[in-house]
Amino acid sequence: MAKIRFRSRDLMRDVVTPVLKRHLLSIDDLTREQAILILDTADELARISDAPIKKLPTLRGRTVVNLFYEDSTRTRISFEAAAKRLSADVINFSAKGSSVSKGESLKDTALTLQAMGADAVILRHSASGAAHRLAEWTKGSVINAGDGTHEHPTQALLDAFTIRKHLNKNPEQNGGVGADLTGVNVAIVGDILHSRVARSNVLLLSRLGAKVTLVAPPTLLPVGVSDWPVSISYDFNEAIGECDVVMMLRLQLERMKSAFFPSAREYSRLFGLDMERLAKGKKSPLILHPGPINRGLEISAECADSADSLILEQVTNGVSIRMAVLYLLLGGADS
Amino acid sequence: MKAVLSSADISRALTRISHEIIEKNRGSEDILLLGIPTRGVHLAERIAREIGVIAGQPVPVGTLDITLHRDDLRSKPPRALTPTKIPSGGIDGKRVVLVDDVLYSGRTIRAALDALGEIGRPALVQLAVLIDRGHRELPIRADYVGKNLPTSHEEIVKVSIHEVDGEDQVQIAGSHA
Repeated sequence: MAKIRFRSRDLMRDVVTPVLKRHLLSIDDLTREQAILILDTADELARISDAPIKKLPTLRGRTVVNLFYEDSTRTRISFEAAAKRLSADVINFSAKGSSVSKGESLKDTALTLQAMGADAVILRHSASGAAHRLAEWTKGSVINAGDGTHEHPTQALLDAFTIRKHLNKNPEQNGGVGADLTGVNVAIVGDILHSRVARSNVLLLSRLGAKVTLVAPPTLLPVGVSDWPVSISYDFNEAIGECDVVMMLRLQLERMKSAFFPSAREYSRLFGLDMERLAKGKKSPLILHPGPINRGLEISAECADSADSLILEQVTNGVSIRMAVLYLLLGGADS
Repeated sequence: MKAVLSSADISRALTRISHEIIEKNRGSEDILLLGIPTRGVHLAERIAREIGVIAGQPVPVGTLDITLHRDDLRSKPPRALTPTKIPSGGIDGKRVVLVDDVLYSGRTIRAALDALGEIGRPALVQLAVLIDRGHRELPIRADYVGKNLPTSHEEIVKVSIHEVDGEDQVQIAGSHA
C-alpha cells in the first residue's frame, strides 16, 4: 500500500508544478493546488529544521526586507528566521526610528529599498490594500504580512498546515502530504470584523474543502458576511459541538473605536473559550489562536495551556510555512 | 532511440554492484544506502534488497533530496521538493552509499554531498551509479558503475525503471542514433 503511494508521488513530479505568482498578497492569489504545494513544501522544510544544522544555501545572495509599519513580534521574527535559515540577507525596517517619522511616503520608502537591491519586501501595514499598492511600485516580490483588516495569508497557511498535520497523525498518512482539508469542521470565534486572519482563513480553509463556521456577536461580523462561503452562529455552546478545530481570535481593542459589546466580562462569558465550554465539544477540538492572546478575555489561561492547544506549535510551523513561501517565490530564476 | 541495456542487463549490473559493495566494505556492517530522487531511490531499494539476501541481514535504505543544494536553481522556476527519508539511527558513523541512475557532470553528487553534511557526519561516502556517461565538470568519480557509456554532449541517455516508467531499460538518443 505504502509502495503504491510513493510511486504516485514520484509520478506527480513529472507533472508541471503549480508555480506561484510573483507576489503573495492575498489567499485569492492561490489556487487549491498552489496552496497544497506550499503546505507540502513546508512539510519537507520542517523536517530539515529538525536537523542539527538548520542552514540551507538555497537563497544565498538574495535580500529580503522586513518592512513593518505596525508592531509585530512573531510575524517579523518568523519571517526573519525563515529567510536566515535559507541563507538570505535580511534587512529589518520598522517605521519607528526611520525617515517615516519625517513624513516619507510608503512609495518613496519602497523605491529606496528597491534601489538598495531588495529581492522581496515583506510588508505589514495598518492600511488595507497597502501590499497591493506596493506591488505596483516595486520590481521584487511582495509578501503581505498583514494589511489592516484585509488579509494575512501566511498566517492562514500556517493554520491550515497545523490543522492538516494534526488530523493526519497516523504515520501511514505521512503528515497529510498532498491532502486537503475536506470534511474538517472549523469554528472561527470572536472579532471577525477586525480580523485579517479570519478573512484569509475563510478563503483558504474553504478552498481546501473545510467547513467553516463563524461564531461572533452580530456587531463583530463584517457587512456582506452572508456572501462568504461560511455558516454563521451566535451561539458558541451549540457551534462547538461538532467542531474539529476551534480558532480563537484576539479582540483587537486597538482597532475598536466604538462599543461593540456591553462589557468585556459579558463578551468573555458568551464568546470566550474555557474548560467548561471546551468539554461541550464532542470531538475534543484542537485549539488555535494566532496570538498574541488576551488571557482571560477570549481564552482562559487553562485552555491556552492545555494539551489540545496548538498555539506554540503554530509559531513553530510559521517558520516552515514562511520558508516555503520564500523558497517558492525567490528560489528560482528571476521572472 | 537505441537500447543499450535490457532489463536483464540492468538486473545483472545491480547484482554485481551489490556484491562489489559487500566486498569493498568487507561485509554489510554499518552500510546505509541513500537513493537520489527520482530513479536513484528505486535503484537503492533494489540494491538494498540484494545485499540483504547476499549478506543475510537487511541494510537500511533512505532517500536524499538535493533540490535545495543545486547550483542551477536560478536558471529555472522553483522546483518542487521531494521527501528526504533518513532511516532511524541517522547517518553518523555510517558507511553511506549514494545511489543515482546516471553520472554526468557530477553536480548532482556535489549537491548530495552538501545535503549530507547537514544531516550528519558519515564514516565515509561512496557512490554507485547505473550509468557513467562521462563529461565530468567536477572532480567526482563513482565507486561502483553498472555500465560505462561513452557519449557525446548532444546525446541523451534515458533510463527507464520499472517502478517509475513501467519497464527496465536504458536507451540512448541523439545526433547519430
